[in-house]
Amino acid sequence: MKIKRIGVGAIALAAAGALTLAGCSSSNEPAAEGDSTAVISVNNTEPQNPLIPTNTNEVGGGLVLQNIFAGLVYYDAEGAAHNDVAESIETDDAQTYTITIREGLTFTNGDPVDAESFVTAWNYGAALDNAQLSSYFFEPIEGFTYDENVDELSGLEVVDDLTFTVTLKQPESDFPLRLGYTAYFPLPASAWDDLEAFGENPVGNGPYMMDGEGAWQHNERIDVVKNEDYDGPREAQNGGIDMILYASTDAAYADLQGGNLDILQDVPDSALETFETEFEGRSVNQPGAANATITIPERLEHFSGEEGKLRRAAISHAIDREEVTDVIFNGTRSPAFDFTSPVIDGYSEDIPGSDVLEFDPELAKELWAEADAISPWSGTFELAYNADGPNQGWVDAVANQLKNNLEIEAAGAPVPTFAELRTSVTEETITTPFRTGWQADYPSLYNFLGPLYGTGAGSNDGKYSNPEFDALLEEGAAATEVEAGIEKFQQAQEILFEDLPVIPLWYTNGLGAWGEQVDNVEFGWDTWPILNQVTKSE
Amino acid sequence: MAGYIARRLLQAIPVLLGTTFLIYFMVFALPGDPIIALFGEKTPSPAVVEQLRERYNLDQPFIVQYFLFLGGIFRGDFGTSFSGQPVSEILAATFPVTLRLAVLAVFFEMVAGITIGLVSGLRKGGIFDASALVVSLILISLPIFVIAFVAQFIFGIQLGWFRTTVSSGAPIQDLILPAIVLATISFAQITRLTRASVIDTDTQDFVRTAASKGLSRRRIVPVHILRNSLIPVVTYLAVDFGVLMVGATVTEGIFNVPGVGRTLYQAIIRGEGPTVVSFVTVMVLIYLVINLLVDLLYAVLDPRIRYAK
Repeated sequence: MKIKRIGVGAIALAAAGALTLAGCSSSNEPAAEGDSTAVISVNNTEPQNPLIPTNTNEVGGGLVLQNIFAGLVYYDAEGAAHNDVAESIETDDAQTYTITIREGLTFTNGDPVDAESFVTAWNYGAALDNAQLSSYFFEPIEGFTYDENVDELSGLEVVDDLTFTVTLKQPESDFPLRLGYTAYFPLPASAWDDLEAFGENPVGNGPYMMDGEGAWQHNERIDVVKNEDYDGPREAQNGGIDMILYASTDAAYADLQGGNLDILQDVPDSALETFETEFEGRSVNQPGAANATITIPERLEHFSGEEGKLRRAAISHAIDREEVTDVIFNGTRSPAFDFTSPVIDGYSEDIPGSDVLEFDPELAKELWAEADAISPWSGTFELAYNADGPNQGWVDAVANQLKNNLEIEAAGAPVPTFAELRTSVTEETITTPFRTGWQADYPSLYNFLGPLYGTGAGSNDGKYSNPEFDALLEEGAAATEVEAGIEKFQQAQEILFEDLPVIPLWYTNGLGAWGEQVDNVEFGWDTWPILNQVTKSE
Repeated sequence: MAGYIARRLLQAIPVLLGTTFLIYFMVFALPGDPIIALFGEKTPSPAVVEQLRERYNLDQPFIVQYFLFLGGIFRGDFGTSFSGQPVSEILAATFPVTLRLAVLAVFFEMVAGITIGLVSGLRKGGIFDASALVVSLILISLPIFVIAFVAQFIFGIQLGWFRTTVSSGAPIQDLILPAIVLATISFAQITRLTRASVIDTDTQDFVRTAASKGLSRRRIVPVHILRNSLIPVVTYLAVDFGVLMVGATVTEGIFNVPGVGRTLYQAIIRGEGPTVVSFVTVMVLIYLVINLLVDLLYAVLDPRIRYAK
C-alpha cells in the first residue's frame, strides 16, 4: 500500500501506466544522446516518515528509496520482476526459499551488500518494538508475531556471506514477486550506529545516491546523483534527479508549463481535461495497479445473507461506470471488470460472473424488488467518503444513479477527513457503506485478493469471510507453477462476483506529463516514472 | 513607558497559555486517529498502533499530553514531526521565508498604496482618483487565489518574467511575484484608507494655518498632511504584517513557498499535533509582539497619545 498525499490529502490517487506510450521512444532503443550527465527534475511530496525502507509506505519517501536502493528483484514497466541484487531465488515447495546475492556489490559507503544486510534489515522491520509501518510485509515469515517482540525471525537464516534462506509459515508462490517492494531493501551495517540519522541521510545500493549530507532539504527538495559504482540492470542514464517537493500538484503543473520541471507525476484535477492536448505525445493516462470500490459490510441492516447479495448485485447493476469515468473523471479512470487491475499478470475481463458489473437498470430493479420481498427496504442508501479527497463528484453521481435506477433515496455521506473515515472503518463504528480503494504493493493478483478478502486479513474492511474463497486462495498461493496459481485466483474471483464483498467501480489511471527537453520517459505499472532511463538534452 | 511594556509582556503569558491550551485541545479533539491514517487504506495491526501511540504520547490522557508538550516547550523541545525532523528545525526553516515574503509584500503595498492614496486624496474627484477607486474596488472584490493563478499564468508561464513557483532556498527574486499578489488586496485597502485620511487632514485647521503662514504646498503635504494622515495607515500595515507573518496558506500553496502557511496546512492534514501547536504558539507570540509595537507606534506618531506609567 502506497499512500499518496497531495494538496488536500487525497489518498491513493496514484495509479500506473504500464503500457508503452505513444510518442515516447521505446526503452529498448539505445538513448540517442548516449549517457547524459544532465540532472532531471521531478515533482514529489515531503516524505511523511524517516527514509527507512521498512517505515516508508507512501509515495513521497517511496520514490526516493526506489531510486537510491536496489532490492533483490526490480519491476520493469509491465510489472514483471527481474533479479537485481539477487543472483538466484530458489524453492522447491514455495515455502522455503534460498536466496543468493550477486558477488561484489557494495553500498555507496563501501559496506558490502551481503546476506546479513538483508536479514538484519528484515528482522528490524518485523520486530514489534520498532513499530515499523510496513512490518506486515514480514507477517508470512516463520516466527513473526504481533503478540510479543521478536528480535530475530526464526524463518530467516544466514547460510554464508552471500546466501540466506527464508522459511514461510505456509507456501506462498508469489513471495519472490514481493521482494522488489521497499520494505525488503537491505540496509548497510553502518545504519545501525544511528538509525535516526540514517533516516535523514540514507545510504543505499541503488542506481542513485543522496547528494551528500543534507540532500533532503525538508519541504523543499531532495537531490540524488548517479551512483557510479552501481552494477545492475537499472543503471542511470542521467546525472541525477532533483525531486522538488510540492504541497499541491497545481503548483507542480504550473512549473511544468513554465519549463521549471522536467517530469510531472500525477496531474491536478484542474488540468484533467487539458493536459493530454497541452502535452500531446508527452503525457500518460493508462490504467494502473489500483482500483476503487464500495464496501458494504454484511453487518449493515438489509445487507446480510441472501438479501444482501441481491441488494449488492442490484447496486452494482445500477451504476453506469462508463458515464462516471467519462463525465466526472474525464477518462482518467477506467471502468472495472474485476477485483484486480489490468496491469497485473493473469488479468482477465471475462471471469465468469463479472457481468454483475454491467450497467443494467432493468435487472437492477428486479433484483432490488426480489430483495424487498425478503425484507422491505426503508430509509436512505448512504455512501461515506472522505471530503478531504476528490470524492464528492463521483459519490454524488453514483448516488444519483442509484436514486434514478433503483428508485430509492440515496446520498453521499461526507466524513471530514481521511483519518476520520479510516478510524471509523477500522473500529467498525461506521454505519453506512463506504468508499474503499487499493493500490498494489507488488504486481500480483494475490495482492489484490489475499489482504482484502481473506478471512481475518489485515485490510478486510467489510470483514468478509468465505471458506471456499480462502481455500482457493491458499491453493493458488501454494501452486508452484505461475499459471496454476493464476487459475485458482481467478476461480476465487468468481466467488467474489457471487458474494460482492465490495462493488468494484473503476481502475485508477496513472497520470503524468513531461517537457520536450527529456526523452525515454516511461511510467511503470505502479504509476511511477522510471527515472533511471530518462535522458535529457543539455 | 517601560512599565507599560512590562505590564503588556506579563499580560502575554496567560494569553499564550490560554491559546496553546485551546489549540492543543482542538487538535486533540479532531476526529480521526492520525496513527491509523499513517497506514492509508491498509488496516494496521493493533499492536503496532499501540507502539506508535506510546511513542508520540498519544496513549496518555489529554491533560497529561498537554503538560508534556508544555514542559517540552520550556526546555526548548518542540517535539518531532512524523518524518523525524525536530519541530524547532521546521520553525527555523520556515519563519525566515515567510518573514521575507511578508516584508516584501508590506513594502509593495506601502509604497504603492500610500503614493496612490495620497495623490487621490489631494486630487479628490479627478480622473486619477476615479480610476484608482475602480481599480482598488476590483482588487478588493477578487479572491486572492484568482489573482494568484492569473498572475502565475500571465507573468510566470506566458511572459516568463518570473519563475512560476519559488525555487528552494526561496531567493528574493522568486518571492517578488507572490509578494505582489499578497500585496494587491491590502494595497487597495491602504489606498482607500490613505485617501480618506488625507482628505480629512487637508481640511484641518493646522493645515490652513500652515498655508496662511506662507508655507509652500511642497512642504505642507509631506510634513503636515502626510505625517498626520498616516496613523490609521500604520496601524493597518502593522496588523497586516502580523497576518502575513502567520502565513498566507493559499498563496504559499500556489507558488510552492516553503513557508509557515504551507507547512502548517500540511501538518494539519497529516494530523501532526506537535507541529501544529508549536507553529500556532509561535504565531500567537508574533501577533502579541506586533500588537504591542503598534500600540507603541501610536505614541510616536501622535504626541497626544501617552501611556500611563
